[in-house]
Amino acid sequence: MKMARTIAWSLVGLAVLAFGASWLWTDRRGGGPGDPAFAAAFELTDHSGMIRTQEDFAGRWMLVFFGFANCPDVCPTTLAEVAAVMDGLDEDAGRVQPLFISIDPERDTPTALAAFVPAFGADIVGLTGTPEQIARTADGFHIYYEKVEEAAAPGGYTMGHSSQLFLFGPEAGYVRSWPYGTLAEEILADLKEHLAS
Amino acid sequence: MNRIAMAALAALTAAAGLGPAQAGSEDVVVENAWARATIGTARPGAAYLTLRNAGDATLTLTGVAASAAARAEIHRSVTDEKGVSSMMPAGEIAVGPGTSVALEPGGLHVMLMGLRSPLDEGDGFELTLTFSDGGEVAVPVAVLGIAARGPGG
Repeated sequence: MKMARTIAWSLVGLAVLAFGASWLWTDRRGGGPGDPAFAAAFELTDHSGMIRTQEDFAGRWMLVFFGFANCPDVCPTTLAEVAAVMDGLDEDAGRVQPLFISIDPERDTPTALAAFVPAFGADIVGLTGTPEQIARTADGFHIYYEKVEEAAAPGGYTMGHSSQLFLFGPEAGYVRSWPYGTLAEEILADLKEHLAS
Repeated sequence: MNRIAMAALAALTAAAGLGPAQAGSEDVVVENAWARATIGTARPGAAYLTLRNAGDATLTLTGVAASAAARAEIHRSVTDEKGVSSMMPAGEIAVGPGTSVALEPGGLHVMLMGLRSPLDEGDGFELTLTFSDGGEVAVPVAVLGIAARGPGG
């Protein structure tokens, strides 16, 4: 009897510990797209060599996406789609800042990004940093990236990475994301609704 | 002498690839071949096209070469349910009779590695597609702007 009670209380204790741990865990991780506290946060170097944080873009909506300059298909396609969205905004384009964040810090120096990102027009800012800065940024945005060995690629590797396009509001709070492959026309229509609201 | 014979043979093979002499590959119709402009030659390029099989037997694309690059391969970009995109060699591409396979942004594409010169908007180059019957098809590819989203620009 006493033993059963001890076991029962131990189980309660464990449950409390587990609950506390999970609460701490979610709190410290700051949630993710489902969490109202999810916001854009970064300190990186832009393609002109300037240190940038989300505060530099305060008051503007941010379209944020991740990629790498050696990516021949998905990344240029996303850059082209974002450029098309920005063109479609006409006079509202100034209210939105598109940001391309590299997840390949080894190859994507600011100089390498300067020779790639501006070619797409639309004032897209390329951001990169040290491997640690990029890891921290990816953590903050809850995105995933990994090196994939590919003998034929420059440097012997390519990257796998989260490819959605994120929208953050004028106070840097998360608004929504669109999966890769969403048509620019659809993104533009959604974005215009948010800008008008 | 030997070299001349080889060159003549190569020329004949190339000519045969363009004409209707091969069994199978003469039924391939290649449409909308385009590539994105690149900046410099350090990074790989990508080319896209649609393969249509107008014949009544399955055709298999086994290889690709490009005049503009030291090496060309068919790759596939895939995006999983968590939104993570990655890219891998696609292997051989089978096109069933009467069907089409599109190589388009975000899916199958010809990855161009070791570019011989930058792909500049307005330029063109040639892709050579090799099929399982040994037939080759030469495809002229138009280089569109770097922000092109499809064959229409």
